Amino acid sequence: MPVVRLVAFARLRELLGEPRAIALPEGAKVGDLWETLVREEPRVTALARGLRFARNEALCDAETPLREGDEISLLPPFGGG
Amino acid sequence: MTLAGSRDLRRYSRHLLIPEIGLAGQERLASSRALVIGAGGLGAPVLAYLAAAGVGRIGVLDDDSVDESNLQRQILFEHADIGRPKAAVAAERLHALNPQVTIDALQVRFDASNARDLVRLYDVVIDCSDRFTTRYCASDACSLEKKIEIFAAIFRFDGQVTRFDPDGPCYRCLFPHAPEPGSVPTCAEGGVLGVLPGIVGAWQASEALKALLEIGEPLRGRLLLVDALAARTREVRFARDPDCVRCGDQPTLFEPVDAPEDESTASIAGVAEVAPEDLDAALRDALLLDVREPHEAVLGVIPGAVHIPASQLEARMHELDSAKRYVVACRVGVRSRWAIARLRDAGFQRLAHLEGGLLRYAALDAGFEFF
Repeated sequence: MPVVRLVAFARLRELLGEPRAIALPEGAKVGDLWETLVREEPRVTALARGLRFARNEALCDAETPLREGDEISLLPPFGGG
Repeated sequence: MTLAGSRDLRRYSRHLLIPEIGLAGQERLASSRALVIGAGGLGAPVLAYLAAAGVGRIGVLDDDSVDESNLQRQILFEHADIGRPKAAVAAERLHALNPQVTIDALQVRFDASNARDLVRLYDVVIDCSDRFTTRYCASDACSLEKKIEIFAAIFRFDGQVTRFDPDGPCYRCLFPHAPEPGSVPTCAEGGVLGVLPGIVGAWQASEALKALLEIGEPLRGRLLLVDALAARTREVRFARDPDCVRCGDQPTLFEPVDAPEDESTASIAGVAEVAPEDLDAALRDALLLDVREPHEAVLGVIPGAVHIPASQLEARMHELDSAKRYVVACRVGVRSRWAIARLRDAGFQRLAHLEGGLLRYAALDAGFEFF
């Protein structure tokens, strides 16, 4: 069960809270983490399109496997200017 | 342009004292040209610092006018400017700040029709816009015209800053898909801490000056994330995407394109648009469904409106009666479109949409107090 640290930004931080640890099943990928969060807080679904993931401060995709101690960032594009 | 006179030496003396700039660097700035897209929250500090730094030619592009709600953060403007075109006011202020700098006041909308022609005239482009169409268009134009772009965007307490280079990565590498309309608010929709664009815009100005001077380590392939609430910055590395439609290995995009964000202002098939001036008449046989969040009520409410925040819509849809007619409204008409799409999915048929939201309705000045 890899435990990863979740860091969400902007609107997603408002919905998912401050950085925290989260445990996932063995073999889970970044996309599985997202599915878990969608179940926990369905309102994040509205931000799925446009969203990018980062693993240990490098952009990654949903297929990236999770490893123990990874920091996973959820990066929505921001709207204001 | 050369810096000969003692007046120049005095004005720029604090730059001339820095080895990385010096006389050669200052002359380089004087012969440089920067285009700032959007004279809003980010644009204000960017413009002021570039003009103060002596960037020889600065384009100020904005087709909007100064609104009182801008003054909480757009520090280039004053109370007396309300209603005046931003590009012209900014040009006045910047000229007063540094008469040696040439300002191009561009009172136009930046879009696919003019993007390349505008970008071509400058050395660096600073994207301070507040819409996704403009962002994709600016990035495409910069990539095609081989210009460096300094990008930033903000939300409430958060900012994103990075630099896009002609050989990539570009904005499409970072965000290939525009967000769902209504899901990502602008400052007008979601609000913003007044000083936040000051912090983030200052980062942009710094990167723009570094790019023109070719000094330091560029913020390239690194997305800088500023969180003012936690007083913390983070960084995410990103690279050119080989599959990018613009700067990838096999590009398919050879002209700037406005991203699908157009959906946010496009009418929804089969749903009537109610013009603000027709709202009173429409409400004779319909209810107003206000989908703004609860804390926004302090800015004004329509008496008799049904209030279900967009964030609670899915959970509280059962409170609505699909046999009734609803005019769906929010602040500016973005979340209301999103709400209509959800309601239609759930089987609601008798829906209409308030065009431009409550903000446009209030602008009619028909006694509705709204801010």
